[in-house]
Amino acid sequence: MIFNIQRYSIHDGPGIRTTVFFKGCPLSCIWCHNPESQSFGPELMVYARRCIGCGKCTEACAHNAISDRSKCISCGSCAEVCHAKARELAGKKMSVREVIAQIEKDSIFYDESGGGVTFSGGEPLSQPEFLLELMKQCKKREFHTAVDTSGYGAAETIEAISRYTDLFLYDLKLLDDDKHIKYTGVSNKLILENLKLISRQGKKIFIRIPLIPGINDDEENIRAAAEVIRSTAGIEQVNVLPYHNIAADKYARLGKHGSLKDITVPSDEYMEHIAEKFFDYGIKVKIGG
Amino acid sequence: MNDRVRTLRQESLDAVPSISLERAQIVTNAYKKYYGKVSIPVLRALVFKELMENKTICINEGELIVGERGPEPKATPTYPELCCHTVADFDVIDKRQKVFFRVSEEAKDIQRNEIIPYWKDKSMRDLMFDQMTQEWHDCYESGIFTEFMEQRAPGHTVCGDKIYRKGFIGFKEDIENQIAALDFVNDMDAYNKQEELRAMSICADAIISFGLRHAEKALELAMKENNPKRREELKQIADVCNNVPANAPGSFHEALQMYWFVHLGVITELNTWDAYCPGRLDQHLYPFYKKGIEDGTLTPEKAEELLQCFWVKFNNQPAPPKVGITLQESGTYTDFANINSGGLKADGSDGVNDVTYMVLDVIDEMRLLQPSSNIQLSKKNPDRFLKRACRIIRKGWGQPSVFNADSVVEELVRQGKSVEDARNGGTSGCVEAGAFGKEAYILTGYFNLVKVLEITLNNGIDPRTGKKIGLETGDPREFESYDELMDAYKKQLHHFIEIKIRGNNVIEKLYADLMPAPFLSILTDDCIKNGKDYNAGGARYNTNYIQGVGIGTLTDSFSAIKKHVFDDKSFTMSELLDALKANYEGREAMRQLLMNNTPKYGNDDDYADEIMKELFDAYYSEVNGRRTVKGGNYRINMLPTTCHVYFGSVTGATPDGRRSGQPQSEGISPVQGADMYGPTAVIKSAGKMDHIRTGGTLLNLKFTPDLLKDDEGIDKLSQLVRSYFKLDGHHIQFNVVSADTLRRAQKNPEQYKDLIVRVAGYSDYFCDLTEALQEEIITRTEHKSL
Repeated sequence: MIFNIQRYSIHDGPGIRTTVFFKGCPLSCIWCHNPESQSFGPELMVYARRCIGCGKCTEACAHNAISDRSKCISCGSCAEVCHAKARELAGKKMSVREVIAQIEKDSIFYDESGGGVTFSGGEPLSQPEFLLELMKQCKKREFHTAVDTSGYGAAETIEAISRYTDLFLYDLKLLDDDKHIKYTGVSNKLILENLKLISRQGKKIFIRIPLIPGINDDEENIRAAAEVIRSTAGIEQVNVLPYHNIAADKYARLGKHGSLKDITVPSDEYMEHIAEKFFDYGIKVKIGG
Repeated sequence: MNDRVRTLRQESLDAVPSISLERAQIVTNAYKKYYGKVSIPVLRALVFKELMENKTICINEGELIVGERGPEPKATPTYPELCCHTVADFDVIDKRQKVFFRVSEEAKDIQRNEIIPYWKDKSMRDLMFDQMTQEWHDCYESGIFTEFMEQRAPGHTVCGDKIYRKGFIGFKEDIENQIAALDFVNDMDAYNKQEELRAMSICADAIISFGLRHAEKALELAMKENNPKRREELKQIADVCNNVPANAPGSFHEALQMYWFVHLGVITELNTWDAYCPGRLDQHLYPFYKKGIEDGTLTPEKAEELLQCFWVKFNNQPAPPKVGITLQESGTYTDFANINSGGLKADGSDGVNDVTYMVLDVIDEMRLLQPSSNIQLSKKNPDRFLKRACRIIRKGWGQPSVFNADSVVEELVRQGKSVEDARNGGTSGCVEAGAFGKEAYILTGYFNLVKVLEITLNNGIDPRTGKKIGLETGDPREFESYDELMDAYKKQLHHFIEIKIRGNNVIEKLYADLMPAPFLSILTDDCIKNGKDYNAGGARYNTNYIQGVGIGTLTDSFSAIKKHVFDDKSFTMSELLDALKANYEGREAMRQLLMNNTPKYGNDDDYADEIMKELFDAYYSEVNGRRTVKGGNYRINMLPTTCHVYFGSVTGATPDGRRSGQPQSEGISPVQGADMYGPTAVIKSAGKMDHIRTGGTLLNLKFTPDLLKDDEGIDKLSQLVRSYFKLDGHHIQFNVVSADTLRRAQKNPEQYKDLIVRVAGYSDYFCDLTEALQEEIITRTEHKSL
């Protein structure tokens, strides 16, 4: 289940890349900027401004859910008849071949830029067989591969894919486990163990830290993250990703409420200040992807 | 930039465009004096001589490179022998909001009392329109095509390198030798050649005296000058003008002044399209730069200052006033002198040198509309060169644009040029490939590909005028297959191209006979050798172009019909035609389906891109290879200037969901907003067109500034360009400005007077654009990336 294939992706690893977004994630980070990536099934997105009021959706809906979103089962029959694309289904079952065909389209750009493919999500490790097959096919074609992961997946999956992986983009959100559970819904134990596993396999890793003011930008979390980073072999750089609120529209389209309201987007100066801290720990750091 | 340049630049920006009738008066008097007494080429030469000997000499305070086309900066001449304006035209030109020229009451009186009485019904415009058939006029009024030569003369050419090696005394010797060698017994064309060569000889003398008059003026000013520093500068200017253009330049300063006199000569002789252009300036200047630095007579700072002064001169010469359809297809002050940097040397090696980087610095600092600038990027050029250019592109005012030097060479060689001539060539105007100094490559007019489909869908009738201007290729409601539609379209295309070419052949002959350009002929090889005028086929290579417009809109329209009428049968042809006729009123759901569920060009989708290729091939096969009056060949290119807006305004609703009157797609860019998968998909789609079989294509991409804010963004922009060029892409240009900024500029134009955006092969002040074009630029996809 894929929810997007993004070409000319330039913030998810080196060069010009195609990012394949897997749908479904075991975490539920309250700051999630891709809320449509969380559920493992297709979901209806409503773009209210595109609607031309033709009424076709009302005719098509068997569940009377157009006026009452709570009845919606995301079957997608309204999206099929919506010419204005005001209703779209996020999430599509795609075969390995279909995905590879999309990836192959930009190979000339990967060659020129040292780019390649990034598997992101959602959580790509949550669809292990699909991921593994895609990665094998990519390697057959000599594409550079990156896996953008929360690290919350089975160790066997990581072992299986790592020989086909050139780079891990690995999230380190919160080091305090209680807080991790509170804000993402899961413990960070497995995540930290898997990080060691990847490191032992000699893989190249970029750590990614989404910086959420008031949640993980405290001195303690930065110090703890820096310690893990310094003690783990293979980590080449850290990307601190500033929280942004572009997801607000997406939550609305899904008929959901984002649970973060009062977080302000960190300023450039503040991000510099945070980066400086990592730098002081002797870590190569970059703001943004 | 230093104080001198800052002041000159500001004065140029502040100068108000106005009409000067000095040229019109000199020309009219010369015609009265000589017409009928001498051959036509000699007449034109004598007109040129009178101009060079009598026009006001202007040397502005502080400048180092001297000479203006008019009596002062932006005082713009008219060319009544080409287009004789009515007094009403002058009122329009004076009062219109955009691209105006101030016209004094005195000028209107002169026009009324001296110019119109002589030129009425005699200008090229009058003669030409008079010779066109009714069907040509019907097509012209319908907006099937435009006609470049109705107000301006053929030009579309660029200066080569010979003026840096030889002065006009030398050219005159060459001319006299050719005259002496004429064989009046065996060469039946000897008399014509003699007259043409005599004309060139007169022009050589005329430009020399034009230089000397500047020397005199500089000395005169030096005597009156109190500031000793400026006095010395003026004396030096006098020395320079005493040497060039009579002799070959000996220094960097003289090389620039040499070109500038030549430039003024060309644009004073006739109102040539695309003015004139120094072309490969970095290649031409480098020997002078190297010598100056080595012998200590030049410093990099001095060289840069001279280049900046040179830049200002271009900005002082707006494109002469246009009216009517010519204004609509090219509504701008820009006169398209487009300086090339980088590329290849004649031996095929990397052409980037120290002057290349200096020119890029000058482009960056001067930030002027004119001259336009581009880089010629070969796979042999270093990345440093491309990245330096990308850093300027990032600033968002649309210069320099980027050309694929290797493709340009391949295109020119395919057309039959020698590989050396091709490598010494480049691109000019918007995107046109040419063999600089050796080719007349004439753009004859834009061609409205989308309108041809509209006529096809109406069985030969233009629904806007109700006139039958096309063939009866059948009622499309009866068509049983997509192929039938395609066949009908190709028949209509053939019909309209033949009408255009028939007209072209007459116009080309009128120019050859009545409006030779002996001065331009001196500059263009092999006119001297052939004893033949530039406008009569004297150049080594002669090419005519018809510029195809709207390939994106056309492709999407065909794709929509194929998918929804013939493949999916979502509705019938009849329902579609009714919707088009109603301009989609009451059929919004259908319009949304056409817009959103049609495979469209620009998304790397073979369904649409294969259609594009077929339509491109149809246009190519129809035009390419046809013979021209000058003995050359027709070729195609795909560029619009601002014509996609005009063509859109005369074209009804189209099957891709476009409403009546809206702009068409521009160049080979996708329909505004139709590309959904970002710049790589656009590049892949555009790369499926066979650029090598054109003489130029234009691709416009719009980026948000945040995508290019850091070094990584620059790297990725460079890689995008290199990838497109691997696919043989001819040209790519970038607008780096957010839609929000443009909206704000629309609301508060006075605060955004200096906002320059890329239009189509050139940049322009956003606030000078028509509202339709402003909207069009805003809706061109702004590429974002996650």
